[in-house]
Amino acid sequence: MLTADRVIAASLMAFSAYLMWHATVLPIGWEGSSGPGGGAFPFWLSLVMLLASAGILVRSFIGTKPDDTPFFDPDMIRSVIVVSVALIVTITAMQYLGTYVALIGFLLWYLRIFGGHGWVLTVSLATATPVFLFFFFEVTLKILLPKGVTEPLFLPLYAMFF
Amino acid sequence: MDVFALLMDGFATSLSPLNLMIVLVGVTAGLFIGAMPGLGSVNGVAIVLPLTFIVPPSSAIILLAAIYYGAMYGGAVSSILLGIPGASTAVATTFDGRPMAQQGKAGLALIAAAVASFIGGTISVILFTVFAAPLADLALKFGPAEEFALVLLAFTTFVGLGGDDVLKTIVMICLGLVLSTVGLDLISGQPRLIFGDMPGFYSGISFLVLAIGVYGIGEVLHTIETSKSAPSVTPARISFKELRAGLREMNRLWKTMSVGSFLGFFVGMLPAAGATPASLMAYGIARSTSKKPDSFGKGNIEGVAAPETANNAASTGSLLPMLTLGIPGSPTTALLLGGMVMWGLVPGPMLFIEQPDFVWGLISSLYTANVAAVLINLALIPLFVWALRMPFTVLCAIVLVLCIVGGFAPSQKMHDVWLIAGFGIAGYLLRKADYPLAPLVLALVLGPLMEKSFRQTLIAEQGNVLAFVERPLSGTFIALAVLFFLLPLAKYLRKSPKDGVAAAE
Repeated sequence: MLTADRVIAASLMAFSAYLMWHATVLPIGWEGSSGPGGGAFPFWLSLVMLLASAGILVRSFIGTKPDDTPFFDPDMIRSVIVVSVALIVTITAMQYLGTYVALIGFLLWYLRIFGGHGWVLTVSLATATPVFLFFFFEVTLKILLPKGVTEPLFLPLYAMFF
Repeated sequence: MDVFALLMDGFATSLSPLNLMIVLVGVTAGLFIGAMPGLGSVNGVAIVLPLTFIVPPSSAIILLAAIYYGAMYGGAVSSILLGIPGASTAVATTFDGRPMAQQGKAGLALIAAAVASFIGGTISVILFTVFAAPLADLALKFGPAEEFALVLLAFTTFVGLGGDDVLKTIVMICLGLVLSTVGLDLISGQPRLIFGDMPGFYSGISFLVLAIGVYGIGEVLHTIETSKSAPSVTPARISFKELRAGLREMNRLWKTMSVGSFLGFFVGMLPAAGATPASLMAYGIARSTSKKPDSFGKGNIEGVAAPETANNAASTGSLLPMLTLGIPGSPTTALLLGGMVMWGLVPGPMLFIEQPDFVWGLISSLYTANVAAVLINLALIPLFVWALRMPFTVLCAIVLVLCIVGGFAPSQKMHDVWLIAGFGIAGYLLRKADYPLAPLVLALVLGPLMEKSFRQTLIAEQGNVLAFVERPLSGTFIALAVLFFLLPLAKYLRKSPKDGVAAAE
């Protein structure tokens, strides 16, 4: 827990420093009678953030009772990592293979392999979800979801509904 | 026009067939979202917001408010039947609701929760109606200086009253404010903080992207980690006989329920407080003023009624500053505010003048939502028992799909979907390390207003910083803000002299 606290505080410090550096592109000082420049707000707030996270880091070294409880639940962290990776794979696939391929793949994996559900539930959800999404977003709201390489397959559907 | 006439006009809007249907759909959806362990009103509103494009803007807000309302009712269901709070706002309901269910009185507990929610909701909506117009009138006098001071005050309540680690709260507020400045500078129009020169950042970071990431993906990851074994559902069904008996029991509890309602309403107005502390406070008061304090925690019906009135009253209370001042009183209302801005309905006093139909339609829809919620809640109890048996893996899969597609839909950029995944994982880790997420979301929503009002004031006053304290209203807000900010320090100092004396002796 203590190590994780330190790592997070240190990462936040690094991120604030990066934000400060980024903010200096615009003036960060007082621009005469018109008040602070465009970079001032992000710059000085990032500085406060840097100081506060530095405070958290320093505090973790002085006078705290040792906290040995693990930051992650060792039995469950594997599941969290697996789902996070699956999420990233799905979003990547969404860009190149299209939303429907990606989401059907995700649902099949999540329900059947990760969740261990039966085929009936898996297949019915993996079919119903994309059909719902198509009618809700594309047909009703006219929001086209990314199709990637599967775009040509949808042309007959477009012709039918638009 | 007096408030009553305005409210009647509002009912003409909210009782139109479309809006009435929207209230029914919203309340039902909210009830289920609230009843699902792990999902509360804020998650529900974040995940459903992109889907509300399907109805006109004013109806979309009514839909979201109805979901918010329904979720407050629904939270009690899993507190009682599973012993797991459906949302943090229903934590206090588990104290006595769970023992009641274990004693075979689950039906009675559910009735008590629903009726108490209805009473809390109704009293607080009446308070809302009374206070809304005067507060909006007062807010009309606000200039940019007052706006800035008020936003500052909202943030300092997190430091002073939030109860989370002070340094971590400050980090989250600053992070939210800095992320809100990404995009084009409000005054000069120049681009700033365009990370990696990615074009997606030119339009800024939408509150919705952060909210779906943190409250959708982050919440799912948290649920996966904490749900080792499936909890057992206590069966419950209610009969008319039980309903009558329940109502008779509730009749004794008027004092508890009115205290809970007033307390919830006023605590709910504070950005840092809200439904969770309000319900815990109401529970505490009910127990300490009870003749039989020992019976609390062992299945006392009063222990269900007190927190449930307070958390519903608090959800209405937090809508008041959002609608009248444009300062949300809770993360969920921050999302409502963001949604309204997205649809071109900017909350604040001007809304009461420019869009009275919408404002009073929304307020009157709270009355209809309340009635709908109590009826649907009681009628659907068997359905809840069934729905609570749904495995987490099915729920999580559906939520993740909705997050991905819902995150893409509003601006149709893959950039946003990636940000959602990033915020989700980062939010999950920050939450684990006890960084509060509510101030982060509130800061992102209020950041543009804060910076704009700050710089507008300085431009108008030729760079005179004292302008903020010279104006009476803004000066008062600033003074209060300083007070809240120093509160943790004062607490710390009051503790340490004792240590010092002890050391000297």
